[in-house]
Amino acid sequence: MNLPVAVALFRLGLVVYLAGAAAALLAWRRPRAARLAAFGAPVLGGLVQLAASAAALSRASAAVWTLPWGTALFPWTVRLDPLSSYFNLALAFLTVAVSLYSLDYLRDMEENWNLGALGFFYNLLLLSLTLVFTAANAFFFLIAWEVMALAAFCLVAFEHQKEEARSAGVLFLIMSHAGTGMLLAAFLMLATAAGNLNFASFHRLASRLSPVEQGVVFLLFFLGFGVKAGVVPLHIWLPDAHPVAPSNISALMSGIVIKTGIYGMARVFFDFYGAPPLWAGTLVLAAGVVTALVGVLYALMEHDLKRLLAYHSIENIGIILIGFGAALLFRALGHANLAALALVAGLYHTLNHAMFKGLLFLGAGSVLHSTGTRNMEQMGGLIRRMPATALFFLIGAVAISGLPPLNGFVSEWLTYQALLAGFGTTESLTRLVFPIAGSLLALTAALAAACFVKAFAIPFLALPRSDAARSAEEAPLAMQAAMGILAAACIALGLGASWFVKVFDPITEQALGIRISASLQAGRGFALSAGAPHSGTVSTAGIALFLVSLGAAAAYLVSRFARSQRRSTGPVWDCGLPGLTAENEYTATAFSKPLRMIFSVLYRPRREIQAEYEVSPYYPKAIRFESEIEPTFEKHVYGPLKDWILGVAKRMRAIQAGSVHAYLAYIFVTLILLLLFEVRG
Amino acid sequence: MIALLQFVLVLSLAPLVSGLIKTLKARLQTRRGPGILQPYYDLHKLFQKGMVLPDTASWIFTATPYVVFATTALAGLMIPMVSADAPLGLFGGVLAIVYLLGLGRFFLALGGLDTGSSFGGLGSSREMTIAALAEPAMMLAVFTVAIGANSTALSQVARTAIAQNWRFLAPAQILALAALFVVLIAETGRIPVDNPATHLELTMIHEAMVLEYSGPYLALIEWGASIKQLVLMTLLINSFWPFGLQLEWSAAGALVSLGWLLVKLAALAGCIVLVETTNAKMRFFRVPDLLAVAFTLGALALISTFLF
Repeated sequence: MNLPVAVALFRLGLVVYLAGAAAALLAWRRPRAARLAAFGAPVLGGLVQLAASAAALSRASAAVWTLPWGTALFPWTVRLDPLSSYFNLALAFLTVAVSLYSLDYLRDMEENWNLGALGFFYNLLLLSLTLVFTAANAFFFLIAWEVMALAAFCLVAFEHQKEEARSAGVLFLIMSHAGTGMLLAAFLMLATAAGNLNFASFHRLASRLSPVEQGVVFLLFFLGFGVKAGVVPLHIWLPDAHPVAPSNISALMSGIVIKTGIYGMARVFFDFYGAPPLWAGTLVLAAGVVTALVGVLYALMEHDLKRLLAYHSIENIGIILIGFGAALLFRALGHANLAALALVAGLYHTLNHAMFKGLLFLGAGSVLHSTGTRNMEQMGGLIRRMPATALFFLIGAVAISGLPPLNGFVSEWLTYQALLAGFGTTESLTRLVFPIAGSLLALTAALAAACFVKAFAIPFLALPRSDAARSAEEAPLAMQAAMGILAAACIALGLGASWFVKVFDPITEQALGIRISASLQAGRGFALSAGAPHSGTVSTAGIALFLVSLGAAAAYLVSRFARSQRRSTGPVWDCGLPGLTAENEYTATAFSKPLRMIFSVLYRPRREIQAEYEVSPYYPKAIRFESEIEPTFEKHVYGPLKDWILGVAKRMRAIQAGSVHAYLAYIFVTLILLLLFEVRG
Repeated sequence: MIALLQFVLVLSLAPLVSGLIKTLKARLQTRRGPGILQPYYDLHKLFQKGMVLPDTASWIFTATPYVVFATTALAGLMIPMVSADAPLGLFGGVLAIVYLLGLGRFFLALGGLDTGSSFGGLGSSREMTIAALAEPAMMLAVFTVAIGANSTALSQVARTAIAQNWRFLAPAQILALAALFVVLIAETGRIPVDNPATHLELTMIHEAMVLEYSGPYLALIEWGASIKQLVLMTLLINSFWPFGLQLEWSAAGALVSLGWLLVKLAALAGCIVLVETTNAKMRFFRVPDLLAVAFTLGALALISTFLF
């Protein structure tokens, strides 16, 4: 029997997470033991899960395993099919790195934090995430989904002494439950049609519903999973919740927890639906474009390093959805090959984002760990104090900006190719959405590059802006190693793209019935092709090779003249003032000022300048500058919504009179109504 | 072997184009101007000089010139110049070239901020802003061209353009060309977007970023900038009007193609000079309007691909 290899490893992995959670509880009062057990175990568990998902991905058919408890109606079944295993792979890889990082990151927190509690919820989160990705029926899925939300809530609000952590946690919980409500409704509609709750019987089922039901189910799923993924305008909890959590948790939240929404969408869009309606694809594509653009525009205005990264998670979810939306459109239009290409682009970006966003959050965590601040304006010059962290953060920054030859570029290139091919697939005006999405994706990518010039240069380059930055220290070894692993993954997924696409074959075969990796390879596997012959190729490995050799050629050229060269260091030109200080440097706020003015329609910036002077306004003694942008969505969408809900609640207070008799009457009336309903139905 | 030839060609031709633009501009303004070979002398001089590194700078500052040079030179190898097949065409088409140039710009902006000087930060901020706004217009124009050829491979684009003789007169092509021309002006830092000759604090963009570079490093950056200009100009020429470009490689054909390329480069340089001379530099916050015009042109180009 070949099957048990994947399942046995998978089971072992779950047991290790459980053991980690139990150990954390046992070591409640011994922080050191709690840290080592609760974060050492997931390193192991992650490795085991990595092997399990690799084994499951290499098999064509899905491996099913039912947990011994549960009832006939609600079985606890786990299925390791290619899509599940792919997400599990991303989770397992990130788990290894983040757990390794935590071992050193939490060393200093032993006295202040209850590491037993942190470790318990951390392992619980990993366990529930694994089950969310692999659950084989709606009931089990929703249980895992809720456990995940609760564990994540406890981790977000872990520093509950802080007001911002509490309010972010509550907002997260409210949004998350609104989403779960929609999911529950959608699953129930599918279950009514199928007669049971198994994902296997949902396969292609949604497309057999009536058009109206199809639309309702699609919207409920899209909104329900969209809350978790952070799709605009359902994203408002994300930039609050991700930064306030401890940095290792932030890496996990942005890296993989939001991907559960993406997994859900992939499951629904490409498994439950055969060919979804045309408008559905257009909706997802449009939502993707808006999400990407809004995410990056708000990221540009942040100078809190972790909030900036959280907004970039929203942007990248948008890029993934552009791929998914294009795939849905191609499916509706009957182009299976292109649908597979777009799906591969979206899924590839999902994995890539898990890697570079995990890396960047761990880097931000190292900076926070050593400077004690998340405010970029207080940092500066860290590349000298923390050379390894700086290098890893730079790799992450280049990758997330979609620059060759790293992994972000590969998935964005695939997305462009899918959009480009989309123009020829239909004669209707729908085809205009593809190039417009492509050009806005280009805008997003370029703005992301601008944002990461800021996010790398302001904290790491030039002069330190505070004493904390001046005395910063390099991260301990385990933290460096964790970042190194993720940086290596970014490089490997970039340079090895043309070989890695083979992984998607079982997934596209399951979802669309075709394997396209052979057509995605060109030049004896050395280059990536866009699928159709002559349609365009790219070779990240070749680009990397030539960049290195051309750089070496330039270095040779420079060194040839070296004998006549004098190389000296000197002060920077300071316009004749007495020496350059950190106050003269460009700040993060100043760097993004041009974009704040150009996009002022969205930001509605407000600024206030007060100058104190004695003799003449031209010689101020002190200047106070204040600038802020308007939180558009909170103010114009959620503000009215909140008022409306509170208003309705106020009016409904009348029926909650506090009298037991009234309540008994309600129950009686409800019972009668239900009986009538049953008799008529 | 062909790759090596094109490498030499790109490296040697780029300063010549810069020199040609400078000379033409001077003549149009009835100045004598520097000789056409002046950029070569400048490069030679800079390589001989010693250099002063800012004491605040890190290894990013040192790595930047190499990255800029390597990315632009590699882009030069991926573009068809004297034959429809670029030596490294397999490595990527127009998308890869755009993003490679983006990688160079990313490091240039980091290098500008690395010194801690306000000028560097100012230049980096402005450069990244303009680049971001130019990108959607560029991508729309690129999409228009790529849709016509059904490929992002530049050799395929050039072949399509050659096969359909009068294609460059189609409205879509003319509009896309206009959009790409505006982007070319913005990306190469020419008037009315940026003034390559200014060192006035308030107006400079590219020059502010590289203010602290000197000696061989400055030479690499200047060389890279002129290669980038050559790459973008060749991209424009060989995707819209590749007339005279050989399809199969032969030494004689390469010479003919090179001749045509030089003529067309000179004509395009003339256009750039004309724009530079007849326009004043724009205020920085007017530049978005210009790029919005380019974006509109690109969108119109796209729409007209299926109207005509």
